[in-house]
Amino acid sequence: MRKQTPSQTVGPFYSIGLTRKPMNVMATDTTQGQQIRIEGQVFDGDGVAMPDVMVEIWQANTYGRYNHPDDKQEKPLDSTFTGWGRSGTDEKCFYTFETVKPGPVPGNDESVQAPHINVVVFARGMLLHAYTRLYFADEPANASDPVLNSIKNKKRRQTLIASPGMENGKTVYRFDIRLQGDNETVFFDM
Amino acid sequence: MRIQEYNPRDWKSHPPYTFKAYGSSIKRGPLKRLVPIQQTLSEITGPLFSDIKLEPGENDLTRDADTGKEAMGERIIVVGRVLDEDDKPVPNTLIEIWQANAAGRYRHPVDQHNAPLDPNFTGAGRCVTDEKGEYRYLTIKPGAYPWLNHPNAWRPAHIHLSLFGPSFVTRLVTQFFFPGDPLIPLDPILNSVPTKSGRERLMSSYAHDVSEPEFALGYRFDIVLRGRKATPFEESR
Repeated sequence: MRKQTPSQTVGPFYSIGLTRKPMNVMATDTTQGQQIRIEGQVFDGDGVAMPDVMVEIWQANTYGRYNHPDDKQEKPLDSTFTGWGRSGTDEKCFYTFETVKPGPVPGNDESVQAPHINVVVFARGMLLHAYTRLYFADEPANASDPVLNSIKNKKRRQTLIASPGMENGKTVYRFDIRLQGDNETVFFDM
Repeated sequence: MRIQEYNPRDWKSHPPYTFKAYGSSIKRGPLKRLVPIQQTLSEITGPLFSDIKLEPGENDLTRDADTGKEAMGERIIVVGRVLDEDDKPVPNTLIEIWQANAAGRYRHPVDQHNAPLDPNFTGAGRCVTDEKGEYRYLTIKPGAYPWLNHPNAWRPAHIHLSLFGPSFVTRLVTQFFFPGDPLIPLDPILNSVPTKSGRERLMSSYAHDVSEPEFALGYRFDIVLRGRKATPFEESR
């Protein structure tokens, strides 16, 4: 068996190769589902918003189907929506995504997972990317989500919940990520 | 739902989140224990970029794409295979590339190293593996690069690579290095890899069979992504 190639940091200059072109507008006007924006900042151990972070997300479409051959559900695909996006940070240290709210997707053991977005964080100083998930504060299905429920500490569970606000008629979910500290975001070993 | 999981991250291959000798990692690596989760459909799917169309020249970093003018420095041909842990090729997967120029300078506003920029070198490229998992691109050998991690700190020459593989959990961002570089034992970022064999897996090798006469030297760098577990996850636990 071969061994995995080790991870290394993206370093300070990742934008040359990774974010020169915007890849954070994932939904068009014709994409099916509720149009939303996701935005937030990533904080280091001193509580400082980081200017050199890259966030990638991967999500199901509004019907709860992933655009991937291993998702064999009979739910519709949306040809205008891949489900993937990437954002660097702007001059105010914010990442943003224009997307649609995902539908619920199946979990293991006949369970159903609440609508969520899969998140990866890369930065100068991070030798290895960190995996987390974004859940929506206004989703009753969160109460029965297997991953949320596997986090026993309720305060820690709360680090995965994005809260909604309104901006020009569009729902904007704020999702800050804390790499360290009392409110360190839950990161997953998966 | 039955899914076929991927192997876990190999913690003997990957660096820890914080590594003392790499100063920036101290305040930026998660400190709490990672929460283990069973992979679901969310983790075993991921972006495939299967309809991606590369522009001509994206795999040739040695020329300005608009003007065709040539960058300065030593031309190199980089080849390799992308495989999983079971030695199976990972076909049609996107590789994104970025690097410093021959003088050790990145085309980036944060890079203030007093070395010349090359007007004909952006340092960015992309390629896609073929059906056999093989890739190839042409570039300029990057120079060593000074940084402020510790007194007289220099990064060995390296090229950054970003890969997705077939799922969300196969994502990999890494860097590779060149054989014989005297800075290699001194590099905290490479030394963050906990095992000698892991560090050796970030070294490219000189490939004379790839070198082209009177044109460019060849280097080979193979990449191994997480493989898939043999049996699907059983529904009854």
